[in-house]
Amino acid sequence: MPDTKYLIVGSSHAGLAALEAIRLADAEGSITLLSKEGSLPYSPTVLPYVFSGMADADRVFLREDDYFKQMGVDFKRGSAVTELNAQKGQAVLETGETIGFQKALLATGARPQVPKIEGLSDCPFQVLRTLADAKALKSGMESARSAIILGAGLIGMHAAESLCEAGLQVTVVEMAGRVLPGYFDAKASGMIKSIFNEHGVKLLLGSPVTHVVANHNGCGVSLENGLDLSADMIMVATGVIPNWECLENQGIDGAQGVLVDDYMRTGLKNIWAAGDVTRSKSFFDNSPTYSGTLPMAVEQGRIAGASMAEDPGVKPFPGAVPLNTYSFFGNRSFSVGQAMATASGKKTEVNLIHIPSSNSYQKLVFNADRLVGAMGINSELDPGVLWRMIERQVELGDVKEAFAAKPKEIGRLLMNNLWR
Amino acid sequence: MGRSYHTIAFDAQKCNGCQECEKACAQAKAGVTDLVHSRIKVSPGRKEGEWGLALCRQCAQPLCVMNCPGGALSKDPVSGVVSWDESRCVGCKLCTLACAYAGITFNQATGQVMKCDFCGGDPACVKSCERGALQHLTGSDIYNEWGDLEDLFVPGISACLGCNSELLVRHTLRRVGPNTVVATPPGCIAGVGAVGVNGLTATKTPVFHPLLTNTASMLAGARRYYNRIGRDVTMLAFAGDGGAADVGFQSLSGAAERGEQIIFICVDNEGYMNTGVQRSSTTPYGAWTSTTPVGSVLRGKTRDAKPLPIIMLMHNCEYVATASTAYMEDYYQKLEKAILAAKKGMAYVHVFSPCPTGWRLPPARLIEAGRKAVQCNLMPLWEYESATGDMRFTHPVDNPLPVTDYLSMIGKYRHLSAEQTQHIQEHADRQVDLLRKFMQQRMDLAV
Ligand SMILES: Cc1cc2nc3c(=O)[nH]c(=O)nc-3n(C[C@H](O)[C@H](O)[C@H](O)COP(=O)(O)OP(=O)(O)OC[C@H]3O[C@@H](n4cnc5c(N)ncnc54)[C@H](O)[C@@H]3O)c2cc1C
Repeated sequence: MPDTKYLIVGSSHAGLAALEAIRLADAEGSITLLSKEGSLPYSPTVLPYVFSGMADADRVFLREDDYFKQMGVDFKRGSAVTELNAQKGQAVLETGETIGFQKALLATGARPQVPKIEGLSDCPFQVLRTLADAKALKSGMESARSAIILGAGLIGMHAAESLCEAGLQVTVVEMAGRVLPGYFDAKASGMIKSIFNEHGVKLLLGSPVTHVVANHNGCGVSLENGLDLSADMIMVATGVIPNWECLENQGIDGAQGVLVDDYMRTGLKNIWAAGDVTRSKSFFDNSPTYSGTLPMAVEQGRIAGASMAEDPGVKPFPGAVPLNTYSFFGNRSFSVGQAMATASGKKTEVNLIHIPSSNSYQKLVFNADRLVGAMGINSELDPGVLWRMIERQVELGDVKEAFAAKPKEIGRLLMNNLWR
Repeated sequence: MGRSYHTIAFDAQKCNGCQECEKACAQAKAGVTDLVHSRIKVSPGRKEGEWGLALCRQCAQPLCVMNCPGGALSKDPVSGVVSWDESRCVGCKLCTLACAYAGITFNQATGQVMKCDFCGGDPACVKSCERGALQHLTGSDIYNEWGDLEDLFVPGISACLGCNSELLVRHTLRRVGPNTVVATPPGCIAGVGAVGVNGLTATKTPVFHPLLTNTASMLAGARRYYNRIGRDVTMLAFAGDGGAADVGFQSLSGAAERGEQIIFICVDNEGYMNTGVQRSSTTPYGAWTSTTPVGSVLRGKTRDAKPLPIIMLMHNCEYVATASTAYMEDYYQKLEKAILAAKKGMAYVHVFSPCPTGWRLPPARLIEAGRKAVQCNLMPLWEYESATGDMRFTHPVDNPLPVTDYLSMIGKYRHLSAEQTQHIQEHADRQVDLLRKFMQQRMDLAV
């Protein structure tokens, strides 16, 4: 007899969404939820706000203990899984303890990827993925006057803003030619870049790092273009790698993310995976894609849970859509779907509005009669409405013109009429 | 049992885009009239005069909550309201990405997100809507209350797909409770297993299977026996229209006249549906049945239905009502009254029951058909209480839809000619007129 019917490894967005979906279909089956962390569940997304001081580290938890009691879930903190064995239906913890399961979900997320840069491993550097990291950054920041951040993705940019607001001289170094290259086109990322510049953050784009050295007051960073930088602290935010190792030696390769099918099954018997630890099909071309976003972790967690509990209402994953919201220095932005497309595409049609005076930018991308992407800076559009219009492949037909003219109003109307 | 919650319903047809709701919301939430603060948003539609609404739906599994990294959003298990805690919000706006309906939006003036909090249970927007486009629906209270009562009907009964008999029986038995004797004469309710199959019964109260002819008299006898031994036991019949209006009529009429203390529920599916869809006296004019066929000469039934509820009104009943499973709140209220009335005399409730199998009606549209029948005034909902002599419409329809809206949904009317439709319309109008006349003169039948 296994110890638990459902074992969920990782108690963040994907794990919690799965738990709720399981309970909707199976009110009684035993659930064990494991977290490596000693604390209640929290989201990595909240961390930039923890070290900036906006969020109180004691009040960021996604669920309280009571919740697990009510849901009839055995929540075990400080329980890192080292092996999730499909054949034996057994999880092995770091402590040596074992837990037998009928079905297991891997929702272990990802961790910072440290690039192979000469000298980096010998230099004390910061990352941001856990509460402990946030606390370390916070205390590191108190004694530092300057910082270098490697990577201008979401994490790097969030950190840059917080460090800048804390009064540090911040330089962001990015290999790609623009900031947030995964989400914003040249125009939008240019606008974001200038706002950062206005606040005194230096952004060095298209600048690969050749080596890093520890020096007396912190570290030095040398770039391929010959520039040498120096700062009191250095933070690495160059991407993430999935925490998949507990499935190693079972015939699958999860180094780029554990590949899952439309029901979040891994191919290993009775093992599902969801969230940042996975790769799943892309909504647009079905190719395996790494998402690494919170909304996708939630979507996948819900499907995994429903599938594990054999919920007859389970719907297959429509595919990963790149998407995010991003707020910076009092501005807000979002990007959904194929927002990067340019008007030169064959079937693509792009509708742009740029109002420099209010720093606002809005872009809608159509493919024939359908919306396929949208992007905005200080735009009034509802990103959620646009996402679901894309995902549901709403045929705009004769409202296309009206939608292009009044996307906020018509989008709301369309989605509210589609409600189910 | 899961809980059910109050909700705000929007009827786009009644909205004229006046934005009074937005003003009321801004006023209630920010103390100013600037609409930027409104959490309810009316938006112009595609055509002139068309309006849409964006408002938080207080989802059962709210995606905004699941996507919030700060734990700032949560759903209250008691009120069902999804609430936003400003002190925990980090301003990431992922909630606006998670919501497909613009139920949580960015407020330019405050620089924060905002959403409907239901005004603590008394929404200001609804009160400001003079046209009734917004409605505060509270039916969930009754569901919650009844949901906590014991379910006295087993799962897995064999009703046709879409049939509302299960809904009706299950809910009724919860409310009348186990201290009840149920009679189900031959008909669909007995047929789906209520009375028993192979020695097992689906009903967890004493239940028996009288003849079609003697349901009311057998129940009357049982009640009198319990009265004699000093036990107050509820007597409840679920009979079809055959067992009430046709074959069962003489015993029903007699029991009503004698004031027998029983609840008699007629489940009217307008014909003998479980024996092969034959006509009954409540089959409406024009309807196809296997004995009122459609051919080159005959075009469905040639006579109007017997108005059984009106006939029962003239029978000295303590309580008479019409009801529909498309209006459960209304039915619940009527059942409460029927239970009380049956302590003194007969309570007769006539439940309109569209039949997917015999009427050629898609199962998924059964409740919709029930609603349309009321909205077209073909099955007006009303009640009469002898204690007060009051008679009233419980769901008055001011602007009835044309009967064709209802008829066109149903296969048994597919062949109707314009003249036949005209006849049905006129008949409906006359019936409602007649009811109105009854209501104008207080009904003092009991005296
Ligand atoms: C600083 C930062 C900012 C971000 N900002 C955004 C944003 O603005 N928008 C957005 O969409 N996304 C953002 N993200 C990404 C987002 O947080 C993730 O996509 C999301 O948290 C993924 O959820 P998950 O449940 O898959 O994994 P995670 O949230 O990573 O959770 C995995 C959990 O599993 C636990 N775990 C790992 N290994 C084990 C093990 N062996 N045994 C037991 N437990 C284990 C971990 O401790 C962790 O609690 C951000 C991430 C970071 C770090």
